[in-house]
Amino acid sequence: MADAAVSRSRSQRYSAFSLLAGAFRQHRGWRPAWREPPLEQCYDIVIVGAGGHGLATAYYLARHHGSKRRIAVLERGWLGGGNVARNTVTIRSNYLRDESIPFYVKSVALYEGLTKELNFNLMHSRRGMIDVINTWPKLREIRRRRMVMDLHGATYRPISVDEIRRRIPLLTGGGPQSRLPILAGMLHPDAAVNRHDAVAWGYARAAGGLGVAIHQNTEVKSLLCDESGAVCGVETSRGRILAGKTALAVSGHTTSLTDTAGLRLPLRSFNLTAFVSEPVRPVLDCIVNCPDLGVYLSQSDKGEFVIGGAPDPGQSFRRDIRQNVFEDTVCALLELFPSFKRLKLLRQWGGHLDMAHDASPIMSPTERPGLYISAGWWGGYKAIPAGGMTFAHLLATGTPHPLMEKFTLDRFPHLDFIIESGTTAAV
Amino acid sequence: MLVITCPFCGPRDEREFEYCGPAAPPRPEDASVVSDRGWVEYLTSPPNPVGPVEEIWWHKRGCEAWIRLCRDTVTHEILPTREVRK
Ligand SMILES: Cc1cc2nc3c(=O)[nH]c(=O)nc-3n(C[C@H](O)[C@H](O)[C@H](O)COP(=O)(O)OP(=O)(O)OC[C@H]3O[C@@H](n4cnc5c(N)ncnc54)[C@H](O)[C@@H]3O)c2cc1C
Ligand SMILES: [Zn+2]
Repeated sequence: MADAAVSRSRSQRYSAFSLLAGAFRQHRGWRPAWREPPLEQCYDIVIVGAGGHGLATAYYLARHHGSKRRIAVLERGWLGGGNVARNTVTIRSNYLRDESIPFYVKSVALYEGLTKELNFNLMHSRRGMIDVINTWPKLREIRRRRMVMDLHGATYRPISVDEIRRRIPLLTGGGPQSRLPILAGMLHPDAAVNRHDAVAWGYARAAGGLGVAIHQNTEVKSLLCDESGAVCGVETSRGRILAGKTALAVSGHTTSLTDTAGLRLPLRSFNLTAFVSEPVRPVLDCIVNCPDLGVYLSQSDKGEFVIGGAPDPGQSFRRDIRQNVFEDTVCALLELFPSFKRLKLLRQWGGHLDMAHDASPIMSPTERPGLYISAGWWGGYKAIPAGGMTFAHLLATGTPHPLMEKFTLDRFPHLDFIIESGTTAAV
Repeated sequence: MLVITCPFCGPRDEREFEYCGPAAPPRPEDASVVSDRGWVEYLTSPPNPVGPVEEIWWHKRGCEAWIRLCRDTVTHEILPTREVRK
């Protein structure tokens, strides 16, 4: 394993100057952004899954908890090919529970400084989110959320229907004659979007620079258990790898792996989908979310509308869109934005995510010594920086980070659920 | 879109139905002998297979029967359905 300081000096810093210098060299001198060292047979910590959470965990482990550990990230496909690249990049902290909000507030704050920290342009754009509310129960729920959020320093404030229409001129639907007239709105100024690939690549590059070994095309087939039942490594498509600690960050596939060690978890996998339109002129400068109709959207820097709706009904390991889910989402979209009738849609895709029994994440040691999980990340893109930071803390110290103390598996036997269903697109 | 065969109404469009969660395994007969872990598993941890899973759907916009069906989580293929009561 290369010495961290050496590999850091080998990694190239990006700046306006380095771009210019690269241009003079006709862009021929660029080196790969992360290392691909040979696969070894034993590591101190093996992280399974090179998505946002796995890569961020590796980075914070190497960065905050000493560089002596040998850390590997195993990825069955290519780095950043999972949900980190399939989501709609809404970064927000308007959650419901006292346990959840401080964690998400931290994550949103970490994202804001991340471009600088990683020396990688995440194209972070804090553009705010407007929740458009069409029913009284939702309005009551969201007012309650506002009060809880106030206690934790997240901002969420009511805005009038006139103000919504002033800020979003194309939102001409939802008037008094419509099926569900708009009653009110809520503004969440902290909300942001950024570039998902850059988050994966930025963390991979920074982790690689600190000595983490990232192995793509290395699928974990099963967990290896010793006679005492402890997990001592993984069986992969490239052979057996031993590990002092095995950490799962496989979003949507957690139970497929824990099943191989006979461990049952309160997680089910669902398919969530999204689609984008053709690019048009900039006309929408905030994220719009309408929970009552079941649609949310934002406009990307390229001009495409990125649109999402409800998850597929029932457990699923597919990544296509169900026709009825697609049609429902489009209907909801047109109810708010009738002029979008003429918009052409370009692509659609899905991703499977696991959801815990109470719709909150699980970050926990397990009853199998040596095995740790970070799972149940339903709306977990926003959670990548704080999720990685806190999972690294758990792996390094053996105890949960204070922000995630309540999110271990212990909450289930005690029925201490942290119910967040309804604050995500969750069922 | 799925076509779900209701035992009463025959094959119908998925949109007439509401998904109502995984079919619970049979409730443990003697509560006094079930371990805490067994209860937690029973209450919170239904199977999550890459393959056939048992679930409950409600024919909400039809005859309103509750039906139990077995659906493949990868192919969406539905195996024969039956009423929940049976
Ligand atoms: C359509 C859609 C919209 C979404 N919108 C939002 C949003 O607006 N805001 C938000 O906060 N969140 C959103 N999410 C959720 C978010 O994408 C996920 O919660 C988050 O990306 C999950 O963490 P991750 O990045 O580590 O997952 P992933 O990127 O999926 O990483 C997991 C990795 O593990 C790998 N893996 C799996 N099994 C194995 C194995 N056996 N061996 C080796 N590697 C394995 C996978 O290939 C994958 O690369 C959305 C998700 C979807 C699908
Ligand atoms: Zn029927």
